[in-house]
Amino acid sequence: MKAPPFAYARAKSLAEAFELIERPGAKILAGGQSLIPSLNMRLAHPELLVDITGVRDLGGIELRPAGLRIGALATHSQIEKSELVAKHVPLLAEAVKHVAHPAIRNRGTIGGSLALADPAAEYPAVALALNATLVLVHRRGERRVSAEHFFKGLFETDIRPGELLGAVEFPKVERSVFIELARRHGDYAIIGLAGIADASGKRIAFCGAGATPVLAPLASRQNSLDAAQKALEKDIQPPADLYHSSATKMHLAKVLLSRAWNTLSKPH
Amino acid sequence: MEHALETTLTVNGQKVTRRIEPRQHLVDFLREELGLTGSHIGCEHGVCGACTIRVNGEIVRGCLMLAVQADGCNVETIEGLSDSKELAPLQKAFHERNALQCGFCTPGMLMAAQDLVRAGKKCTRDQIREHISGNYCRCTGYQAIVDAIEEVLG
Repeated sequence: MKAPPFAYARAKSLAEAFELIERPGAKILAGGQSLIPSLNMRLAHPELLVDITGVRDLGGIELRPAGLRIGALATHSQIEKSELVAKHVPLLAEAVKHVAHPAIRNRGTIGGSLALADPAAEYPAVALALNATLVLVHRRGERRVSAEHFFKGLFETDIRPGELLGAVEFPKVERSVFIELARRHGDYAIIGLAGIADASGKRIAFCGAGATPVLAPLASRQNSLDAAQKALEKDIQPPADLYHSSATKMHLAKVLLSRAWNTLSKPH
Repeated sequence: MEHALETTLTVNGQKVTRRIEPRQHLVDFLREELGLTGSHIGCEHGVCGACTIRVNGEIVRGCLMLAVQADGCNVETIEGLSDSKELAPLQKAFHERNALQCGFCTPGMLMAAQDLVRAGKKCTRDQIREHISGNYCRCTGYQAIVDAIEEVLG
């Protein structure tokens, strides 16, 4: 339970970070709340950890005309305490309460969570429900990718070599619901739901329901809860975990849908 | 010591400079290099909370931070907060309410609880439970711990 040996370098600027992450065996270290456990368990064997927490350009929560831009290094605690987030992206404000525990929220970052792309985690489902834009920065500029195209597979994203996740942009959406079922507060969800509703309709995503966060487009389109629950069976096929069968998770997904339905269905 | 880096941090008010291997996490450094064995090591992957310490005024998992990352940081441990008497009210309440049995989780539990005390807000028992949800106790069943924290919060 001790990490294997590796080198460590602290990037003071984006330019320095780009130079360091191109070295062989380099891995980016932000808050470290997922990477350090995997090092301690020897599931990861980087040759070099590039600590980006000192790069100023990657922090901050900023209101822009199109929505909220959150720097990759914003911690869960900063998001939890942010009035801008509570006001303009309440879905994220709801979700962050479910992310781990206070001591972890003080160091874990939104960029780290999204770049890791754990399908059971809260932020990926939130990003997908809001179809957030992920801003990937590289030496020559930036590339903007929508959440729908960012999550590619299990712990797999669209981030290319030489790129790092710089910020996430969330549109302002007033009406939303985040709920999840977990065995203990702060644990990974058995299954969770992130849903929004605006003038164009509902958009519901699930975490813990597949190899990536999963959208439920058919269920989102239905006019009644009954029809939505039936349609959900075509939208998602949650994989079994150690404690819950696929059928149980499907049942629980429908339970969450019923709890979210009224809030998301009120007329505009 | 192939990758060791000179690191300077303040621990319980004292400046410390050491050459540290990047693979060493902060709580191992505190225990092994500085002899501060009050912060305990349980799971070493961020689940149990026994290693909870304070870095720059915020509680963190000592096993989920590399010691080299603490360069320039102000680190406070159970030893520091006990000596300064900051924890005295919680320690008294834990003692009187029988909020510990084996005591293994207690340093981390006190560090997490003190975080609530410092916030100075009134909390329901549910909110107390939520705040210490990242700290495992395998003896008490938590009831007495929540009693003690509730008493100090007033």
